[in-house]
Amino acid sequence: MASRIRIRAQLKGDECEVKALMRHPMETGLRKDQLGDPIPARFIEEVTVSHNGSTVLAAFWGAAVSANPFLGTRLQGGPVGDTVNVSWRDNLGETGEGETKIR
Amino acid sequence: MKSQRFRGVTRRTLLGMGSVTAFVAALPSQVWALATRPAPAFGATDVDTVFSVLGSTPKHSDGIVFSVPDIAENGAVVPVKIEIDDTVLPGVSKLYVLVEKNPNPLAAVFGVPENTRPYVETRVKVAQTCQLYAVAEADGQLFMVSRETKVTLGGCGG
Repeated sequence: MASRIRIRAQLKGDECEVKALMRHPMETGLRKDQLGDPIPARFIEEVTVSHNGSTVLAAFWGAAVSANPFLGTRLQGGPVGDTVNVSWRDNLGETGEGETKIR
Repeated sequence: MKSQRFRGVTRRTLLGMGSVTAFVAALPSQVWALATRPAPAFGATDVDTVFSVLGSTPKHSDGIVFSVPDIAENGAVVPVKIEIDDTVLPGVSKLYVLVEKNPNPLAAVFGVPENTRPYVETRVKVAQTCQLYAVAEADGQLFMVSRETKVTLGGCGG
């Protein structure tokens, strides 16, 4: 699953810029397929960013977040080499995770 | 012998106290976090309902820097950025992104702990030309700014 999130954490001055790109269809449940049958909702509900194991950002999303969601945030400090982890869980209970080192 | 036992008891007590302290110290990190998904706010179908679920209609604040494109060529991917000027608006603990004319206006909620800058970037779907709102919660009060994004999908311009 780790390959499903691409993360970059870069130290800029005293802030650490975190950028994460997840692979997920983010279906709203309102669209219909070619046969006119509704496509069931499938979207990320919860995203957690953690720095060295402690949560630094908790996000709750609705279906209105774009497909293959992008999340950017800034942490305070964090020396180069620290671990930044991003994980998500969708409305069907599927999960994804990714980890990187601050550089 | 007596002092030995006394020391032993003190050590036990201290150990006990230590674990209690550790437990209490662990609590504050949980307090800021959104414990559960605010489902009623996500289920609301218009902006006013979202605000009433959140508690009140937010006041305007210049401390919120909300960047959205004026014109979005593709409403399915609209980049939004919320930045808080904490000299104007300190103590922000939550950020909300709302899209006025979406079936469910509330798009995302972010819980921001103290050691994180109140800064988030993401991409949202915008069904049609409408107002986008950035709402910040600081000390239990709500603040917002709104910006309009024109959605031109279809090629004829907005």
